[in-house]
Amino acid sequence: MTVMTYREAVRQALREELQHDERVYLIGEDIAEFGGSLKVTLGLLDEFGPKRIRNTPISEMALLGAAVGSAATGARPIAEVMYSDFFGMAMDQVFNQAAKMRYMFGGKLSIPLTIRAPMGGRRSAAAHHSQCLEAWFMHIPGLKIAMPANAYDAKGLLKTAVRDPNPVIVFENKMLYNVKGEVPEEPFFVPFGVANVVREGSDVTIVAVSDMVDYSLKAAEALESEGISVEVIDPRTIAPLDIETIVKSVKKTGKLVVAHEANLTGGIGAEIAAQVGYRAFDYLQTPIERVAAKDSPIPFAPILEKEILPDDQDVIDAVHRVMDYAG
Amino acid sequence: MENQVSSEIALQLYELMVRIRKFEQAVVNLFARGKIPGFLHTYIGEEAVAAGVCANLTIKDKITSTHRGHGHMIAKGGRFDKAMAELFGKSTGYNKGKGGSMHIAEPDLGMLGANAIVSAGIPIATGAALTAQYLGEDWVGVAFFGDGASNEGGFHESLNLASVWNLPAVYVCENNEFAESTPRWQHQKIKDVAIRAQAYDIPGVIVDGNDVEAVYFCAREAIERARSGGGPTLIEAKTTRWRGHHEADNQSYRDKEEFQTALDNDAIARWEIVLLSRGIPQAILGEINARVEKELNEAIEYADQSPLPDPADARADIFTPFELEEI
Repeated sequence: MTVMTYREAVRQALREELQHDERVYLIGEDIAEFGGSLKVTLGLLDEFGPKRIRNTPISEMALLGAAVGSAATGARPIAEVMYSDFFGMAMDQVFNQAAKMRYMFGGKLSIPLTIRAPMGGRRSAAAHHSQCLEAWFMHIPGLKIAMPANAYDAKGLLKTAVRDPNPVIVFENKMLYNVKGEVPEEPFFVPFGVANVVREGSDVTIVAVSDMVDYSLKAAEALESEGISVEVIDPRTIAPLDIETIVKSVKKTGKLVVAHEANLTGGIGAEIAAQVGYRAFDYLQTPIERVAAKDSPIPFAPILEKEILPDDQDVIDAVHRVMDYAG
Repeated sequence: MENQVSSEIALQLYELMVRIRKFEQAVVNLFARGKIPGFLHTYIGEEAVAAGVCANLTIKDKITSTHRGHGHMIAKGGRFDKAMAELFGKSTGYNKGKGGSMHIAEPDLGMLGANAIVSAGIPIATGAALTAQYLGEDWVGVAFFGDGASNEGGFHESLNLASVWNLPAVYVCENNEFAESTPRWQHQKIKDVAIRAQAYDIPGVIVDGNDVEAVYFCAREAIERARSGGGPTLIEAKTTRWRGHHEADNQSYRDKEEFQTALDNDAIARWEIVLLSRGIPQAILGEINARVEKELNEAIEYADQSPLPDPADARADIFTPFELEEI
């Protein structure tokens, strides 16, 4: 094992996949000399040259659309959307084209496309550089969605995404880029649709994604001192979603808290709650709690942003509500 | 430069146009009889564009099409029976009845799909050109689209990207003077879409889109330029739409005189006069028409007799199967 940052883990996955397959190339805005707005691809231009580390104009639709067409015709592009908020400029190519081409054509082609999209707030980047939009894409059949919460998964999920012959969106959390974690030195892959039981517990199940996993672990530590045993599950991919592992845990604990940084309404927590509500109805002892952003554009001022976005205290409060539920 | 095609090519162009015309006339009738569900946008009046361009393409070259896509499918080598079965929504169609008229595709013929989102095929063809350049393949990417699409962002972003990367792409604007029902003068101030090429420092050429020989030579030059590393070209083919935007459109908005001029400017009739003047016997043209009609009747019978898709397959082909063990 080597200790490295989430950012370096992503870069290592990119490097390994570029080395592994000549058909793989990177395409995005400011990803070459500049190393990407968030410096993830820094240094790759020197190693692989401008043919494979391709700087595009600021043209999200053309860069994602060209990546779709290129993936449809034999290449395996890895596209970077500088901030996931910029998906809006290119949505048609993602949800109408990449996601549907194979199906519409009766299975006659594959779109081996990986889209890396930094997500999330907590940087005072305001309403256009802070969003968590995974629920938009979870709603569209034909897309796979990975949400790595640590350096190990950042590398392993991205490598799987690149090998997968389907369009995959990898939402990387900006606040995690500098967080270090243990990563094996030898190549490895993290399978899609297999949740990570990050912490075992018996009183409450918390399903958390992206940086809410760390907040949930922090909350679990605090709750342990109160004598509350918390199980933390990170689905790692939300499409496919490992609902089995979640249901199994809820059958054990009888209580569920779902935590994500995205807005509450229509968030992935609603889908997970509905599925658990259906499949573990007889086991649930309390209503399902959701921890999420407070349905608002992300404000600029740090004090306002902190008010909107959820953190470990919100998780603790939610766990208290289910533990104190009187029926 | 040559200004006259060989009699072999001349007859190939004639047959392609006749194939498209007769297919479209048949589907108009079949649609009215309820044999074809959904929307139907026909290519009648525009045949010379698809025929003149695609006669220059090999099976390896890639095209993207539009909602008005049957003509491109046929010109790229599509079979009547599989195409008709797709329009009927049958399991034997090119796309197993999953796509229908607006999504008909055959990647094995280099036909990357009709597309029901105006302009969406343009970035995809750009991506096919990118793959060719990236992998060192000798194909070109050709995007067909209308004058309406030339106001979309995807058009401008794609031309800019293809220009800056010198991609082997050809952009074919089929200017039929109507963006659905909106006349060209209401949707753009310019009279010629081709001048937009200047903004991207690429050649922009105007051709009489109802003169199949002129289209053929114009496309040949652009395709040869793309194939030999000379970069992209924007071709504007001035053409005519005979039917409504789709079959539910009675074209009440069209000026009678303008409409009659369009009908009089029949690419097939014009080409027949040229062929006869060059000494090609009327009997040969008659044989072509008879052969096409026979194939068409067989295709209609094939589509009619073909089984419907199995509802159990409704969710098949969303994803390409993938197991991590295959790595």
